[in-house]
Amino acid sequence: MNIVSRAINWFGEASQWSGSDGIPARVGEHLYYSGLSLLIAALIALPLGLYVGHTGRGAFLAVNSAGAARALPTVGLVGLTVVVFGIGLTPTLLPLVALAIPPILVNTYAGVRQVDAQLRDAANGMGMTGSQVLFQVELPVALPLIVLGLRTAAVQIVSTATIAAYVGLGGLGRYIFDGLARREYEVMIGGAVLSVLLALGTEALFVGIQRLIVSPGVRQRALVK
Amino acid sequence: MTWDWRWSWVTSHYDLLGELLGQHLYLSVVPVLLGLLIALPLGILCVQVPRLYAPVLALTSFFYALPSLALFVVLIDYTGFTGWTVIVPLTIYTLSVLVRNVVDGLRSVPEHVSQAATAMGFGGLRRLLQVDLPVAIPVVVAGLRVATVSNISLVSVGSLIGISGLGQLFVDGIQRSFITPIIVGIVLTVILAVLADAILVGLQWLLTPWTRTGRSAKPVSTDPAGVAV
Repeated sequence: MNIVSRAINWFGEASQWSGSDGIPARVGEHLYYSGLSLLIAALIALPLGLYVGHTGRGAFLAVNSAGAARALPTVGLVGLTVVVFGIGLTPTLLPLVALAIPPILVNTYAGVRQVDAQLRDAANGMGMTGSQVLFQVELPVALPLIVLGLRTAAVQIVSTATIAAYVGLGGLGRYIFDGLARREYEVMIGGAVLSVLLALGTEALFVGIQRLIVSPGVRQRALVK
Repeated sequence: MTWDWRWSWVTSHYDLLGELLGQHLYLSVVPVLLGLLIALPLGILCVQVPRLYAPVLALTSFFYALPSLALFVVLIDYTGFTGWTVIVPLTIYTLSVLVRNVVDGLRSVPEHVSQAATAMGFGGLRRLLQVDLPVAIPVVVAGLRVATVSNISLVSVGSLIGISGLGQLFVDGIQRSFITPIIVGIVLTVILAVLADAILVGLQWLLTPWTRTGRSAKPVSTDPAGVAV
């Protein structure tokens, strides 16, 4: 239990809470990398998922490339981009974006696909155009799954962004790798605890977002299921 | 920019590559077996006692959100720089994916199948072992495939804190700005994942002969969306 009290002491030191390597600054860096990666991934995967789901074109390719992407080791991708492009923001974001695209793509596609065919027929019968069906019927009904995809991607990004510190950038991983290098285990524990809190906070945030934006009618259908 | 590919490095390191591949395989397969061993009884329990399912599901999605690197770091204090530091968290992830699939699989047994089994005089345990579990196999295997492939990818994270596996090649490549081991590591990891996946698909094919008679009523939905990707 000695290590727990040392970690608590580490959190209690005033110097941890200010400056460029203080906890607020590191959390800020971590959120910056994560938010930017999620944004880029969503900009690519959401339209693609909606398109594939709505038209049914390229479904086989989308689902399987997502499965294949899961096999790619993130650490290896970080290493590859850093050795090729040098240390910087872009090579760090690239693997995080690659990590986040599959869950968003697959869930968006599956969400649109699983919309009741009768619902789609009714919308067509009412004279809705293709894009009206997509944005006024399929998208709202698919929202729970789309948000689930975004949530999975966000949690994975926040968890994995610690690796960025291994190749010289900031974020919470700094504490883990600096602590490892200096044999200061309480610093490592501090970083680990912070990254756990951030991941759980992200999960909670997206659960909240889902409550806010999913239509009450759709939410009840999901509950009944 | 360092794009320095050397075949000579590959040919002179066959022994090392074989050793790392073996370690990597061990560190990713043991958690899958342990996870399955825990998830099966836990999932069966959740189906028998439905009240338990919601809290178990909440707990497993909590565990699934924990960053692997953080778990490795916390475990170092207890398990040191041994394989267990990687095996324990990966077992937790596997278990978190599988419990949901075991429950979904068992619940996917069609009502008329259960009734037929009961009418044939199958008791509770015999029905579970000979009807419900076999019918659940495709859904359980779908979960196993997700867990196995992500485990194979995650073992590399352990190398960052000094637990050996193919991730050692990434650490080595990053430290020396040498691209050859990084590419070899990525390729070997992907090959390992593809092979493991193919073995699981083959296993499912062997274990579910009734799905390929051509006259089965309806394939069991494996619902890709329900699985945490």
